[in-house]
Amino acid sequence: MSRKSFRQAINEALRDEMRRDPKVFIIGEDIVGGTGAPGEQDAWGGVLGVTKGLVPEFGPERVIDTPISEMAYIGAAAGAAATGTRPVAELMFVDFMGTCFDQVLNQAAKFRYMFGGKVKTPMVIRTMYGAGLSAAAQHSQCLYPIFTHVPGIKVVIPSSPYEAKGLLTQAIRDDDPVIFFEHKFMYDDKGEVPDEPYTIPFGEANLTREGDDVTIVALGRMVKLANEAADQLAQDGIHCTVLDPRTTSPLDEAAILASVRRTGRLLVVDEASPRCNVGTDISALVADKAFDALKGPIRRVSPPHTPVPFSPALEIHYIPSVERIRDTAKSLVEGK
Amino acid sequence: MQFERETLLTAYRSMATIRAFEEKVHEVFARGEIPGFAHLYAGEEASGVGICLHLNDADYITSTHRGHGHAIAKGCDVPAMMAELYGKRTGLCLGKGGSMHIADLDKGMMGANGIVGGGPPLACGAAFSARMLNTNGVVVSFLGDGSINEGSTMEAMNMAKVFNLPVIFAIEDNEYAQATATSWSVAGSMTKRAAGFDIPTTMVDGFDFFDVHQAAGAAIDKARNGEGPQLLHIRLYRYYGHFEGDATTYRGKGEMDKVKDTKDCMVRFRADLTSKHVIVESDLEKIDTEITALIEQSVQDARQAESPREADLHTDVYVSY
Repeated sequence: MSRKSFRQAINEALRDEMRRDPKVFIIGEDIVGGTGAPGEQDAWGGVLGVTKGLVPEFGPERVIDTPISEMAYIGAAAGAAATGTRPVAELMFVDFMGTCFDQVLNQAAKFRYMFGGKVKTPMVIRTMYGAGLSAAAQHSQCLYPIFTHVPGIKVVIPSSPYEAKGLLTQAIRDDDPVIFFEHKFMYDDKGEVPDEPYTIPFGEANLTREGDDVTIVALGRMVKLANEAADQLAQDGIHCTVLDPRTTSPLDEAAILASVRRTGRLLVVDEASPRCNVGTDISALVADKAFDALKGPIRRVSPPHTPVPFSPALEIHYIPSVERIRDTAKSLVEGK
Repeated sequence: MQFERETLLTAYRSMATIRAFEEKVHEVFARGEIPGFAHLYAGEEASGVGICLHLNDADYITSTHRGHGHAIAKGCDVPAMMAELYGKRTGLCLGKGGSMHIADLDKGMMGANGIVGGGPPLACGAAFSARMLNTNGVVVSFLGDGSINEGSTMEAMNMAKVFNLPVIFAIEDNEYAQATATSWSVAGSMTKRAAGFDIPTTMVDGFDFFDVHQAAGAAIDKARNGEGPQLLHIRLYRYYGHFEGDATTYRGKGEMDKVKDTKDCMVRFRADLTSKHVIVESDLEKIDTEITALIEQSVQDARQAESPREADLHTDVYVSY
């Protein structure tokens, strides 16, 4: 166990699984950097350096730089997965899913069911998401609700370096297509991460803190912000449960419902744009199955329903803040 | 090229099975026995069979919405295919796929595909697998002429060439992309597009089994021997509509009858077999009789087969609601 960054945790999971299973390979744009060029090899290791150091160990046959052709290489990952290997594709930004969605939506997601259970599609798409770096409207979206909506895909949203390594290891060993969301703001976050390989099962929420007054369900980067809000609320005598579902498909419904039954109040914090996001889904779940336990309205904290703005002066108002989470939880508990 | 008698009879059996299967589907579809959509391959048999004869179970194919012929040519079980079209539990995909999604990975058939251009990226992936697993396998990506205008096909061609993948793009050009003329909708030419990627193209007479077989054999050998992707531009014609129920009013007057009367690949193949090879009419008639019985039995069995159970709805996928 030692302190590692989110970036290191992901790199370690990839490295360990590639060492463990020769059928695992990674494929994407500039995950090596310098392919075919006269200069340095492994020049980038991914646009933010997450896959750096893998090509020297595993070679270009298993760490594959592709042309800028998302449809071709995401589809190739699906085809490779269906024919006996275990690809981990990197889609640089989830926003680029627009150029290759068919291969995920209509191919990879459907094979197992559509072919009567005879085909496994053990592919992972690692992809970057989220606002906070002024990456603007085409490089900052969350989009995990879209994939959560599609049966056949598993959707993973790690909230810490520990979660990142354990969930990615599980994703690579899973026989279904998995979309693995990495928040671009979190790569330098540090936390305790075991040196040896380990897995975190899908569909098991993590109770990051327990309190009797309100349940805050938060996703990805919002887990940290929700905990900061809960720290402040504790000083006012308000005790929060902060629940991290870790995967939105499968979703740990039981843990969410049990917690709401204990606290009687629900706040969902979701960085995805608010219409039809995971927050609305969890709200519907609780309204449907735990309505009788609620002491007040279900509240949601999400960005406004706008594209992600560029200017830091605007983006700061776009992203759910610790203060907004804190104040929303407080007003809920105080019945205001 | 010298042919073994058995090879020719196998080819004939496969082509005649496809023709009989499709004509039967046309008949029972019109009676309302088959749910959903069906896109028939009748008329194009020489292509699928001429190509797949060169492949083994370790080789893969991706297919199209017009996939029954490819599936039969690649060795999929015919009664199970018919049951699949009927949406039955005994179907090749347990009734969950239907006509447009027939697949059998054990036979190297990666699925008919409801998305035009869906297959080429998948074919590249299967080729990556073959390379990584050292199978020496090749992948044939069957495509219609319409798919040449899909970006996914262009991306896959580029990627296949960049990585020198053993992928054969087999463009079955039946002159119509749904109801739109291919001659109108493809700017430039398929050959020139492939040439832009340095992918060699062979023009193929899809009405002539021997031409397909020869061209496919050469292309597949090259791909298998490390010479990278190849393209076959196979000109042929489909006898039924884009889908069953299509009145095909976009065709020229008398156009189809002329093709059927003068070019039909089955008529030509039979004539070639009996005139140029040591095969007699009675050999073929025996096969025809067996096929008729097989297709009849397949339909009878499919009609009577058990439907999928309600619980099957929830299997083979992660379910939480």
